[in-house]
Amino acid sequence: MRKINLAKNWLYVPMIALTIFYLLPMYVMLATGFKSFAEVDLKTMWNLPQGIAFDNYIEAFTKLAPFLLNSFKMVIPATLISSMLGSLNGFILAKWKFRGADIIFPFILFGMFIPYQSIIIPLVQFMNAAGIKGLASLAMAHIIYGIPITTLTFRNYYASLPQELLEAAKIDGADMLGVYWHILLPISIPSFVVVLIWQFTSAWNDFLFAVILTGNTDWPITVALNNMAGSQIIAWNVQMAGSLLAALPTLFVYIFLGRYFLRGLLAGSLKG
Amino acid sequence: MFKDKDRYLSIILISPSILAVLIFVYGFIGWSVRVSLSNWKGLSPDYSWAGFKNYLELFSDPRFHVDVRNTLIFTGVFVIGSILLGFFMAVMLDQGLKGEGFFRSLFLFPMAISYIVTGVIWRWLMNPAEGSRMSGFNLLFTSLNLDFLVNKWHTTPTWGMAAIALAAIWQMSGYTMALYLAGLRSIPHELREAAQIDGANEIQIYRHIILPMLAPVTLSALIILGHMSLKVFDLIIAVAGKQLPLDVPAIYMWQTTFDGLFYGRGAAISILLLISVAVLIIPYIRYTLKTEAQQ
Repeated sequence: MRKINLAKNWLYVPMIALTIFYLLPMYVMLATGFKSFAEVDLKTMWNLPQGIAFDNYIEAFTKLAPFLLNSFKMVIPATLISSMLGSLNGFILAKWKFRGADIIFPFILFGMFIPYQSIIIPLVQFMNAAGIKGLASLAMAHIIYGIPITTLTFRNYYASLPQELLEAAKIDGADMLGVYWHILLPISIPSFVVVLIWQFTSAWNDFLFAVILTGNTDWPITVALNNMAGSQIIAWNVQMAGSLLAALPTLFVYIFLGRYFLRGLLAGSLKG
Repeated sequence: MFKDKDRYLSIILISPSILAVLIFVYGFIGWSVRVSLSNWKGLSPDYSWAGFKNYLELFSDPRFHVDVRNTLIFTGVFVIGSILLGFFMAVMLDQGLKGEGFFRSLFLFPMAISYIVTGVIWRWLMNPAEGSRMSGFNLLFTSLNLDFLVNKWHTTPTWGMAAIALAAIWQMSGYTMALYLAGLRSIPHELREAAQIDGANEIQIYRHIILPMLAPVTLSALIILGHMSLKVFDLIIAVAGKQLPLDVPAIYMWQTTFDGLFYGRGAAISILLLISVAVLIIPYIRYTLKTEAQQ
């Protein structure tokens, strides 16, 4: 017994090394963010701050606040609408096997893996022709290209439910929408959480659609942060503070709903 | 099963989504293919037929050769690194250590943040400045007397992409860990116990039982990570901006299309990217749906 425990203790050595590897970037981001302007120097980048100052955060927030707001304005409708669509599609594909459902499904799935470069030129042309601009066009892109993953997650969930559940409802005389609304929707809350988190995170973190579809007044945070980092005028310490601001919403989601986040990740590899 | 009314209703409800995917995925891919076969170069669309000219020009374009080399280096380092590290972390977490939940959350949290944030932080960690201006990892290595580790990171000639891949490993290895951990947890305990009773040691159990059973997980990880690395874009932009030594197809496409207005060439790059992703993903989707149907 004792020998096994001793061996187990050695396992903590690589675990601590890994912990340091994972935390170093976060340490630099946080430590730099909380230094006062006077303290900031690349040469002392690894030192702890001498006290807590908010100079960097105030500076970063004044510069980034409008873009954070843009991100929220775009992400919230994008997340809600594509989740609703996914739930409806998943339900129909899983429970009402119309002719061709099995043929359609892999074609929908492929849509979640394509490099978006291969559709971006037509997408820009389409949005221009339709007069859909800025944040609205970005939200629309996230809704449409979110359909495959949201449909997949819900389909897998609904397919796992026992058929008897639906049969019982049908005997009670419920029609299709009745079954969906009264039976499936109430028990799909966990799946909704998974999908909402996934869509929120990927729309919030997206850069490719954002940098091409939006201009400088309606940039979401990722584009604004990247431009801030690319400019010579804004100091690196403010960039670090800005990075934390850009990461906070998704980090919050991860910290409080991590379990669901993991399920979304596995679904993304078709392993839901 | 249900009444006809329900069947029509379900078709009506699902058709907007199917139409959207049909148009915005497949229609637009077709449209991009058409652009790639045109002479479009400039602000206004020009669909005059160019045949495969844009593709042939790319195949003899030195910049595209750099892109292919960079993608191969990135893919190699990123995929192998993430798989090895992810597997190692999953095996460690499977030993029943104290604080397992903490470690698991720690290894996964970078997945919640954007490549842009990761890139902005890592560009300062991988600062290649020398002498009195030294900072980031290099400064840390020097102060720990590990001077031999000091290097030029992403500004290293030819192999700079490997440094970008390091940041990507930091971000994504938690994902492979999650895949492997789910795989390990699905291996029945009795199997390991039976092997132990037969006198197999821990290494033999991994070598002959666990690794073969995890082969499908490794395949998934290879394909998912591989297709991600073909698409790598934002991370490089955030670490280094648009620099030729760190160019990849996605950046070339973006620049030549939207800065250079050479739509024909941009579309050709995007279609080559799509083909390389499809070669990985289509067999994977077929395989996954087939195994699912068998269960």
